[in-house]
Amino acid sequence: MTPELGNVALILALGLSSLLGVLPIWGAHKQDARWMALARPLAAGQFAFVALAFGILVSAFVGNDFSVAYVAGNANSLLPVYYRVAGTWGGHEGSLLLWQLMLAGWTLGVALFSRALPQATVARVLGVLGLVSVGFLSFTLFTSNPFERVLPAPPDGRDLNPLLQDFGMIIHPPMLYMGYVGFSVAFAFAIAALIEGRLDAAWAKWSRPWTLLAWVFLTLGIFLGSFWAYYELGWGGWWFWDAVESASFMPWLVGTALIHSLSVSEKRGSFKNWTVLLAILAFSLSLLGTFLVRSGVLTSVHAFASDPRRGLYILVFLLIAIGGSLALYAWRAPKVGLGGRFSLFSRESMLLINNVFLVVTTGTVLLGTLYPLALDALGLGKISVGPPYFEAVFVPLMLPVLLFMSVGPFVAWKQGSVKRVWLELRGTALVCVALALSIALAAKTSVAVAAGLLLALWVLLGSVLHLAQRLQAGRDRATLGQRWRAVPLSFWGMVVAHIGVGVFVLGVTLVKGLDHAQDASLREGDTISAGGYQFAFKSLEKRKGPNYVAGRATFEVSRDGQHVVTMYPEKRLYIVQRMPMTEAAIDRGFTRDLYVSLGEATPNGAWGVRVQVKPFIGWVWAGCLVMALGGLLAASDRRYRQRARATSAAPHAHVAEALQGAPLRAGPLTT
Amino acid sequence: MKARHKRLSLVLLGLSALALAAWLVLSAFQKNLVFFFTPSQIQSGQAPAQRSFRVGGMVEQGSLQRLPDGISHRFVVTDMAQRVTVHYKGLLPDLFKEGKGVVAQGKLAADHSFVADEVLAKHDENYMPPEAAYALKQVNAGQPAAAKGQP
Repeated sequence: MTPELGNVALILALGLSSLLGVLPIWGAHKQDARWMALARPLAAGQFAFVALAFGILVSAFVGNDFSVAYVAGNANSLLPVYYRVAGTWGGHEGSLLLWQLMLAGWTLGVALFSRALPQATVARVLGVLGLVSVGFLSFTLFTSNPFERVLPAPPDGRDLNPLLQDFGMIIHPPMLYMGYVGFSVAFAFAIAALIEGRLDAAWAKWSRPWTLLAWVFLTLGIFLGSFWAYYELGWGGWWFWDAVESASFMPWLVGTALIHSLSVSEKRGSFKNWTVLLAILAFSLSLLGTFLVRSGVLTSVHAFASDPRRGLYILVFLLIAIGGSLALYAWRAPKVGLGGRFSLFSRESMLLINNVFLVVTTGTVLLGTLYPLALDALGLGKISVGPPYFEAVFVPLMLPVLLFMSVGPFVAWKQGSVKRVWLELRGTALVCVALALSIALAAKTSVAVAAGLLLALWVLLGSVLHLAQRLQAGRDRATLGQRWRAVPLSFWGMVVAHIGVGVFVLGVTLVKGLDHAQDASLREGDTISAGGYQFAFKSLEKRKGPNYVAGRATFEVSRDGQHVVTMYPEKRLYIVQRMPMTEAAIDRGFTRDLYVSLGEATPNGAWGVRVQVKPFIGWVWAGCLVMALGGLLAASDRRYRQRARATSAAPHAHVAEALQGAPLRAGPLTT
Repeated sequence: MKARHKRLSLVLLGLSALALAAWLVLSAFQKNLVFFFTPSQIQSGQAPAQRSFRVGGMVEQGSLQRLPDGISHRFVVTDMAQRVTVHYKGLLPDLFKEGKGVVAQGKLAADHSFVADEVLAKHDENYMPPEAAYALKQVNAGQPAAAKGQP
């Protein structure tokens, strides 16, 4: 009976979201406060019903209700309960419901934390979110209902794909979806501004923390996916330029451009309609990502066999959402205007360079991702575009971004001085070149690695110098502690995120340039060496897990005769799906990971083995985490919180203050 | 500098970024696009001799051999009409199995066998790489036509 309740809850949620998508927007148009006031309760009601439906699906998984087709397809009574919970989003229908839950959650978040916004803006923003929700809820109900029954119920389920039976499954999809869906808020703000025909510094200030949060979640989600692929797929790769990875990376690139462009809109009231366009693009790419993953057009770990009706629905939805918002943009953008002027050498133009390159790069990734699909759809042949294409295009386009990343913060808003920036930065530049050269010569690296090192150092030292300069300012008036406390969190956020990029670039450069891998066929007692380490295959024993059997090998790793670590790679066979799985053994370290994976056994008792030494791979992950931390710091800046508190007393006075005060308060950070 | 000149410079900046990207994309496309061929197409000589490409189909039953060095493999990919022998040095993916779909990327050798540097298999029991499925479907679709051609 309960699954039917879930169905009813979804239908009710659809009803509420339809009302949410129409009434408040109408109210805002007619200036009717009664209609506008409906927005918040409707958003809350929608969230309650979607959460109820989601809860019911989770409980069907936990309770092993195999009469529900989706549960039977993605779980098994032998599956541990935490994976049964994660199994809720292990397939198409459930992950769509998770998307839906996130969307309702973000909508509720906006409803709760928007007391400072004018009522008409709230009504429009929530209304747009409601419209997006209508699209996804009806998609769920009409093409991918997770509550459909199968009669008679099978005695047991088909189990969750063993690749997905991992801790990563519990956190990667929710994080990634939080990011994807989070851009819907930036999108809704942008559409609201277009409808209203007005975009000012206050608008940028409202939408900025939401966008930053979405970006943080997306960063973490992509990081988790990559981290998971690294240890779970068993072959030590961490980024494959798989179409689904690209699908999550494109909104990230545009989102990164968006948070930079928003800072210009907030501080200088410039880049206005460009910001709006980026917000539309970021969300459109999130939708496109969903389409690519869910329509089954891709060869990928994420592709589920699925029916073409779904692909068609998403495609139509995509056309309406993207086409509609771009049309609205073309019609209304001139009214919003570009905003303030700036000279050719200024902070604005530095950020413009960042934006242009990030967007152009996104375009090249989009081309590489869609071109094979388009050719295939037109019947012009089957091709694939692999990592060599993406690397050949992506890396050169990122070079100017990294180069200007350390210059931008030193350039004053509106009108910068080339001479002054040169005087400030030449020392750092010299140190970077000297350091990179000496490391590269000492380690005899390739030119590419030397260039990567140089850029990473440039970004790192530039950020540190910027922070130091900021702390120096006002030395004669305040103590270091006071100056430290006076630095706003958004400044810390920028410095920390840029340092994260530097750490990331360093990790990528070294792991790409200096890794060692060795494949071999080994018997017990054999030894193989890679990157200065000796891997001795000691023994192999059988092991039994809850829903699999495994062969577990013991490897003793040593370096120059010194024992380093004992590693236990496994080969598992999952019983229900008869599916073999490689469980690699990884020894993580500060400067290198050791990675051992087992291939298949031969009749004569030898095993295929791959051993790898991956220098500085941990820095790749650390860089992502530091970037996310930077975003979080920026999003929690006092000026976003303070307003909310103050306005509960005098909303109108404060909005007026925010409108006038914002451009004045934001002077060049470095002077 | 006049506002008009400034705008012009900004537009030039955007255009040069685009031009750089276009140049990179075109040269990368020229070098790195990987085409797909079925075993039948390869046997009829349509596949390029120098360039890397992909072949897809089914791993023939009983064709998988391990060479004496322990990590080189030889197997036959078939689309049920024609066969191609594939050499691959390295560990095969977990779900590589005889009688199942596979896609391999590599080049043709002088003896018309295929030397793969990458082998992709499916990700779960019910899923077939689209290219492998396509290779098999091509032949099924082609058969009636071929039958008609021979009176």
